[in-house]
Amino acid sequence: MLFTSFSFLLFLALLLPAYYCLGGRRQWRILLAGSLIFYAFSGWRNLLYIGATVVSSFIATTRMANLLERQETYLAEHRLSAAESKSYRRGIKRRRLRWLIASLAVNLGILAVVKYTGFAADNLARLLPSGAAWETGGLHFLLPLGLSFYTFQVVGYNIDMYRSKTAEATERSVFRLALFVSFFPQIIQGPISRWGDLRQTLFTPRRFCADDFSAGLLRALFGLGKKLLVADRLLAAVRTLTADPAEFYGVYVLVAVFLYAVTLYADFTGGIDMTVGIARMFGVRVTENFRRPFYSASIAEYWRRWHITMGTWFRDYLFYPLSLSRPLTRLGESGVKLLGKYWGRRLPVWCATMVTWLATGVWHGASWNFVVWGGLNGVVILISQELIPLYKSFHARWAFSNTKFYHAFQVLRTFWLMCFIRSFDIYAGVGLTCRMLLSVAARFDGGRFAAAGLSPLGLAAADYVIAFLAVGGMIIVGRVQAAGAESRFAAPPARLALCGALAVMTLVFGAYGPGYDARQFIYNRF
Amino acid sequence: MGKGRIWRRVLMILIFYGALIAALQQLLAPKYMEDIFEGALTAEYYAAEKDHDVLFIGDCEVYENFSPVTLFEEFGLTSYIRGGPQQLIWQSYYLLEDTLRYEKPDIVVFNVLAMQYGEPQSEAYNRLNLDGMTLSPAKVKAVLASMLPEESFWSYFLPLLRYHDRWRELAPEDFAFFFRRAAVSHNGFMMRSDVKPVGRIPAGAMLEDYALAPVCFDYLDRMRELCDASGIELVLIKAPTIWPHWYPEWDRQIRDYAERYGLLYINFLDNMENIGLNLAVDTYDAGLHLNLAGAEKLTRYFGAELRARGDWPDRRADPEVRAAWAEKARRYEEHRAAQRREIEQYGQVRSFRVP
Amino acid sequence: MDELLEILRDIQPDVDYEHCVTLIDDGHIDSFALISLITSINRVFDAEITAEDIVPENFNSARAIMDLIQRLSAE
Repeated sequence: MLFTSFSFLLFLALLLPAYYCLGGRRQWRILLAGSLIFYAFSGWRNLLYIGATVVSSFIATTRMANLLERQETYLAEHRLSAAESKSYRRGIKRRRLRWLIASLAVNLGILAVVKYTGFAADNLARLLPSGAAWETGGLHFLLPLGLSFYTFQVVGYNIDMYRSKTAEATERSVFRLALFVSFFPQIIQGPISRWGDLRQTLFTPRRFCADDFSAGLLRALFGLGKKLLVADRLLAAVRTLTADPAEFYGVYVLVAVFLYAVTLYADFTGGIDMTVGIARMFGVRVTENFRRPFYSASIAEYWRRWHITMGTWFRDYLFYPLSLSRPLTRLGESGVKLLGKYWGRRLPVWCATMVTWLATGVWHGASWNFVVWGGLNGVVILISQELIPLYKSFHARWAFSNTKFYHAFQVLRTFWLMCFIRSFDIYAGVGLTCRMLLSVAARFDGGRFAAAGLSPLGLAAADYVIAFLAVGGMIIVGRVQAAGAESRFAAPPARLALCGALAVMTLVFGAYGPGYDARQFIYNRF
Repeated sequence: MGKGRIWRRVLMILIFYGALIAALQQLLAPKYMEDIFEGALTAEYYAAEKDHDVLFIGDCEVYENFSPVTLFEEFGLTSYIRGGPQQLIWQSYYLLEDTLRYEKPDIVVFNVLAMQYGEPQSEAYNRLNLDGMTLSPAKVKAVLASMLPEESFWSYFLPLLRYHDRWRELAPEDFAFFFRRAAVSHNGFMMRSDVKPVGRIPAGAMLEDYALAPVCFDYLDRMRELCDASGIELVLIKAPTIWPHWYPEWDRQIRDYAERYGLLYINFLDNMENIGLNLAVDTYDAGLHLNLAGAEKLTRYFGAELRARGDWPDRRADPEVRAAWAEKARRYEEHRAAQRREIEQYGQVRSFRVP
Repeated sequence: MDELLEILRDIQPDVDYEHCVTLIDDGHIDSFALISLITSINRVFDAEITAEDIVPENFNSARAIMDLIQRLSAE
């Protein structure tokens, strides 16, 4: 069931009244039922995967919490010396760690097997002599809906519970945990919520609140508009451009990466707007995932503003532990001896950064394109990190570098740099992507664009006009949000009026359905 | 702002946007007034009087080949044709169900050409046949039976979802016929006065399998049972047009079926001479459909068959009915005259809508 | 405390560490700086700060960092 489908609208129209009328004090159960039904629509077998995830995490985290409780009672009942107490704590901690490892093994194991077996087998087959051609098709699994997202969310929960100093934080109801993992607005594309955040509002019983509801509806419709007016409309052009690389080289690569940036932004943030908005219609607050990322002045800043929950997830659960891990600390120590203080101390951070970014790449998709994509992000971030002293002296020396114009230049530079890095996301194969990027320099052929413009991309002028106007609308809304001026539309009737206007525009001008081609309708007199 | 005022405003906003969406839907739905006139047939029935002795259902072989005005004037039988372009048998069946909500005819005539299709054929034809139906359980069932896998169920009930993209090609007709559409038929009959003789009679291509689809017989069963239950006589016909090819193997299956259940089945292809049809002058598209002259000949022949079969009252005796049909006949003749003039003047028919 | 301030200034010179209480929240210390800070602290104070301890509350001010160091050495 897609967010942009009519069935989903119907699903919401049934679930919302049920939630507010039938829920009583256990409203979250209705949400759970809704989430499971939503999930089952993607294939009921998928429920087995997510079920295994919930149950294994539930067992591991409750065991960890039990051990913590036992430790508290034991320490309270026995007067131990500091050394004894420390060694007792160590013992408990080791046992808790075992549970954590077991749970991560199950959950990351499912992810690894389902998502990466095919990729691994393909590469293995390539290494084998060509005579021993393998049939690897059977090793490609169908991905259960939202697997990457909910697995990360649940892994975060497991680690948080392991790190927790008290047992209270741990969820003692397997059903509530199931809702946390399967909450339908965010199952498809995140955000990757943290237990500590989501639990604040997910289970709270509440009455219908016109303010929350209308704000959520407006946000959701705004997201729907982004998806249907911009993303789905321009997607056809991006597809045309990337499906025929022999035709669309040089200048058209710039067009492709630019249109892809717009499409991806509209689609992804539109989806998140729908998630946040729909959750809010149920009174649940979901973490924001974007902060106008295309205004970033550097790649590092971009990644603090784009897909935020994924970035912080990798930072908190991979980058930090890895940087401070014993092997990397030792590497740093021996680095200091070999290379001196300056470079030696950087070594662990560099390693951790590269590992984190390669992992981020692989998480996005099981292909070499994403490995390269992740590696590029890491390299660019490290280089700019190392150049910080240089930048500082540059800005101190040249006054113009602190003006608005220079900032605009930085923003544009970051935007285009990200566009080029993202090209690994749109062309099939690393080699092809490199060739296409090279063609921008080698065979730019700007004249072709001057002559034909956008017309070879298969969209009508009206399509671009709509997308252009809608993007203008998005920019204005972004500015309004950034300025905190949304309160002007705080009254539910005013919001509802806006919702209606958005809905009508999307309904008429959205790119959905089979399109209307009068020629199809011409009756063959038959 | 008081609570009551807020709710009043909310209600007003909802009504406003509801009306706006309804208006946009009305504007963007195809009107079928300048071309593809067949698309307007289904909806036209609801505005007609609901008092018919004979109901025709089927594809173009009914709405191009029978003239209700002739049937009334010469045999005193009132009739309506609920035909549609490539109307599939389940669509015919559900249109019958739909019609029975309004009236109960004495005879239902089903043209069996559609028996050749056991599966939905094209989204566009589904639309042409079903969009015009008013909301009813019959429509829901017809949609479910007709939908191709890639179609969306809801868009049949909120057509804006299907036609929203027509903002690109809005034409004057969309505004001219926003509130009311013009008639395109005479009680379901689409008039064509021009002539295009049959040139060559194509032989039917060999088929792998001549068995008509079981699902078609299912619907034929249901049609028969529904007629039985309502005390209606079901008559099966095959129109005398030579295109598309009607195979003897198919004919035998229908004949067997009719015999088994004691139904009247007339294959007009076997009676061309008795009907007096001459495909050099009686067709407007080289044998695919009859023209006005052909349709009137066929109607006369069929009317006589029907009269011979039962003792249905002559509705010409009822002055009210007679007056209503006289008005129909006047428009019918006017239409005929207009088309004749056009043929003389331009060599082709131009008024497809009823003037 | 002075030792800590020295480490902090070494990593990121232009922050008023004696008064700032939003080192993490306002992005004065980013993730790279944080890692250098922790490794330095671990080395200088012989402490054992791990990824578990990385929550904003522990690093938002010099005072909080000092408290963390003391708490960890007490355990």
